[in-house]
Amino acid sequence: MISKLEINETNQMIGREKLDVRTITMGISLLDCIDSDKDRLLKNVYEKIMRLAGNLVKTGDDIANEFGIPVVNKRISITPAALIGGPALKTPEDFVDLARTLDLAARDTGVNFIGGYSAVVSKGMTEADKNLILSIPEAMAVTENVCASVNVGSTKTGIDMDAVFQMGQAVKRTAERTADRDCIGCAKLVVLCNAPDDNPFMAGAFHGVTEGDAVINVGVSGPGVVKTALQEVHGQDFEVLCETVKRTAFKVTRVGQLVAHEAAKRLNVPFGIVDLSLAPTPAVGDSVAEILEEMGLESVGAPGTTLALALLNDQVKKGGVMASSYVGGLSGAFIPVSEDHGMIEAVEKGLLTIEKLEAMTCVCSVGLDMIAIPGDASEDTIAGIIADEAAIGMINQKTTAVRVIPAIGKKVGEHLHFGGLLGDAPVMAVNMASCREFVRRGGRVPAPIHSFKN
Amino acid sequence: MSRIIITVVGKDTVGIIARVCTFLAEHNINILDISQTILQDFFNMIMIVDAGKCDMTFAELSAGLKNVGENIGVTITCQKEEIFEMMHRI
Repeated sequence: MISKLEINETNQMIGREKLDVRTITMGISLLDCIDSDKDRLLKNVYEKIMRLAGNLVKTGDDIANEFGIPVVNKRISITPAALIGGPALKTPEDFVDLARTLDLAARDTGVNFIGGYSAVVSKGMTEADKNLILSIPEAMAVTENVCASVNVGSTKTGIDMDAVFQMGQAVKRTAERTADRDCIGCAKLVVLCNAPDDNPFMAGAFHGVTEGDAVINVGVSGPGVVKTALQEVHGQDFEVLCETVKRTAFKVTRVGQLVAHEAAKRLNVPFGIVDLSLAPTPAVGDSVAEILEEMGLESVGAPGTTLALALLNDQVKKGGVMASSYVGGLSGAFIPVSEDHGMIEAVEKGLLTIEKLEAMTCVCSVGLDMIAIPGDASEDTIAGIIADEAAIGMINQKTTAVRVIPAIGKKVGEHLHFGGLLGDAPVMAVNMASCREFVRRGGRVPAPIHSFKN
Repeated sequence: MSRIIITVVGKDTVGIIARVCTFLAEHNINILDISQTILQDFFNMIMIVDAGKCDMTFAELSAGLKNVGENIGVTITCQKEEIFEMMHRI
């Protein structure tokens, strides 16, 4: 039988160290909703989402109550919208109507985000992809709970530089279009390279074409649990450090596995994957930066940060892989700036720069995430930032992403306030030397060679 | 529904165990293990119970115990055992 010690340990993780299941995300294929008539398409989409996910929120809440583990978010990811919209949606305005329908479905199911207002254009763009990309600023402005993502490159295809430039424009225009709301549109928009098909986390979640009709993916969290475990072994050598992270990640992931299986069973939808992620929140004690600092850094951003993050990421995967039957998604440590008070403090003290964050993205699970940049950064500069991240992803065979928020009318040192899980973003300095000619060349960057690795 | 972990925490007072156990007995729930400590007037109890023959759903049981706790001035939470099994047993 379970001992009192074990019960206390688990409940302390939940109560004091903020262990939670960050999201139960239902992936829904909308391929069977395709129609050449716009009204029928929108009706099909709404009805299928309501039919499959109508009970998602209640099921998540029931599981949370029965096991005593918070399930913070219940979400939906759909087939990339550009794939299903093509036959019926012929203009960007048509696509905005699809975004409105998705927003309505999000509201009526009670989920907090629906992801998959997306295009996968790692090699080239169809007319539908182009229309979707053009529609993003308006779609992000007129909807509350829809997340957009565009995959602009992959290790197998190279990088579509036309798409990179267009996404630089889309990010800038989305910020301008939502400038009255602290540019919130850009917090729901991410540009990816090597995007996984089964990611449960926003803003990059979509239900890829390799997936079945519907699936349950679960994202776990627990930076506070890892930090507390590391406090117990303060000052000990790297073997102990790594083992401690690994063991803790195992325990955290087991909870995700339990919740994923329960949700799949109750919703009668197959279990997909558990995403082993350390996702911070703005709350004190729920921070990835605090873990790195507990390892012995005065501040995140100090020399040593990249290794600290690399070993954290690697040990989380090693511990988590054994704890779950299927692992997928992004799986690693997230380093969003606005959602992690430790990151925000380091930026405010001048100890964490966008260049250091870029280096950190080489070894973490995603990329430049939730970073406010000066409002006068041009679409070319944003495209250059996207291109650099895509290069890191393409060459290193990993997922990378850019979710930057141009703070329209604001300068370095000022803040954007989003509230909730999205937090508070200090505007960070960006190198403003021009990359205009480079990012506007157009065309594709060929796929990289897989030999001569140096 | 079978094994459930019931946790009771709060300021110590007369009759906490009695009232919780009475409630459990009324609903045909068998207590398998009780562990209780008092630290500086602070009452902390963990019970492992078998609710296999319980006459209520989990939600009703949970709400019922919460209500008992509110009457005594302590916090009572119920969790299915699987979360602990998953985390601590391979």
